[in-house]
Amino acid sequence: MTMKRRNFIRRATTTAIAGVLPVSLIRIAGAQESADFTFAYISDSHIQHIEGNRFVRNFDRGLISAVAETNLMNPKPDFVMFGGDLAQLGTREELDHGFEILSGLNGLPLRGVLGEHDYYLDLGDYWRQLFGEHYYSFDHKGVHFVVLNSILTFDDWTFNRWESAERRMSEMAGLDNPNGSPFMVGEAQRRWLAADLQNISRDTPVVVFSHSPIQKIYKGWNFWTDDADQVQAILAPFDRVNVIYGHVHQIQYNQIGNIAFNSVMATAWPWPYPSSYAKSGSHVPVMTVPMNRADPFSARDATGWQLINVHTGRVDLEYTLYDNSNRTVSWNGASGRPEDTSYQAPALRVPPQNHY
Amino acid sequence: MKILLIGMALLASGLVMGDEFTAADVERWQQQYEQVAARGRQLFTDPALGSNKVVCAQCHPNGANTHPETYPKFQKQLGRVAMLWEMINWCIRNPLEGEELAADDPDMIALQAYIHKEREGVPLAPGKH
Repeated sequence: MTMKRRNFIRRATTTAIAGVLPVSLIRIAGAQESADFTFAYISDSHIQHIEGNRFVRNFDRGLISAVAETNLMNPKPDFVMFGGDLAQLGTREELDHGFEILSGLNGLPLRGVLGEHDYYLDLGDYWRQLFGEHYYSFDHKGVHFVVLNSILTFDDWTFNRWESAERRMSEMAGLDNPNGSPFMVGEAQRRWLAADLQNISRDTPVVVFSHSPIQKIYKGWNFWTDDADQVQAILAPFDRVNVIYGHVHQIQYNQIGNIAFNSVMATAWPWPYPSSYAKSGSHVPVMTVPMNRADPFSARDATGWQLINVHTGRVDLEYTLYDNSNRTVSWNGASGRPEDTSYQAPALRVPPQNHY
Repeated sequence: MKILLIGMALLASGLVMGDEFTAADVERWQQQYEQVAARGRQLFTDPALGSNKVVCAQCHPNGANTHPETYPKFQKQLGRVAMLWEMINWCIRNPLEGEELAADDPDMIALQAYIHKEREGVPLAPGKH
């Protein structure tokens, strides 16, 4: 009874704080102002099965909140992207449970990006039944969208190294596991991408969704795509390219040539910046103003989702963050790169943004 | 008793009784530490440490974002100065939904040995938030 009561109170609270949600809204600018639109992006929920009908409650709550808050958006986003890692160990139980929560999105079209936690048990077979193809493209209000499967790796690792699918999944599931293997898009998919973009005019805004960053940040945690340079080369001829990726569970943004990079938050848990690992010697893009350090006593802190606003072919990400001020990383036409609207100047940064 | 007798005998013979040890001793002691730290890494990725299969490394890859060099420090959520092992227990109790370990439990010592090992070379900064 007490539990039920607590659940009820939590649900009520979630509804009440809908204005400060941990979802990120991504706004993309269309070619004309009239074509501006928004979509919601929910990612990295890591639904984790314990046994029987028990799942890790903490991670359930993150996704449930993001779905509830997305439903409250007004005006409604045009569609919802799920950015990968719906499951923790790729099982049907986890994917079904996560998909059931996502089915609470009231009538909003849902599309998916494949994450390594969804893939390495059955190589994405069951995920395909729920979400469809592992990579694809679509057009919406003058913007060309491409969804990549960026979490492939060497065939030898995938097909020859492990005695069972479960072992393969658990080896890839550990972010810092030295037995893991670098992510890549792979040659076949790069050929597909080049062909897909062949008939798209160079001034059409392009938005690419991937699970891993299509840039090289820190190989040790697979904040990395091994053939990022080759994929970037395929995207380079377009005037306005925006790559939106999950996997990293933190705010990152960067600009390489015409390509703007933005990461999205996880609903499950935050990750430290690679630079806070004393032995990594790694680099976070210098223009990134970090998210606030997470308060470990607040299960939802430093998690969230985003609303993405598309305008003039570029994207603004409005991060809905639990127990934290919301953040907006917006395209700055004058500087030609994404910038935080509140904290970009070094003098404006706040102590919780210091990570170590 | 035997050791005491030997000690007295050495003193009587006028030999210096400092804390003398050999390079082999140092190596052996270092190995002891490495073994405990390796056990800590095992626990850090062991679904059995808690009750819900969540592991420490899920949120703390390579033990990052634990800043062991800052303890003891004022922990605002507790309202007092706390030690690293208390925060480890917080994580075991909450995200892992498990049973707390005693401060001197070999597993707790192993977890701390691993966390410190990942933080080698970072200067002590007690009290730093």
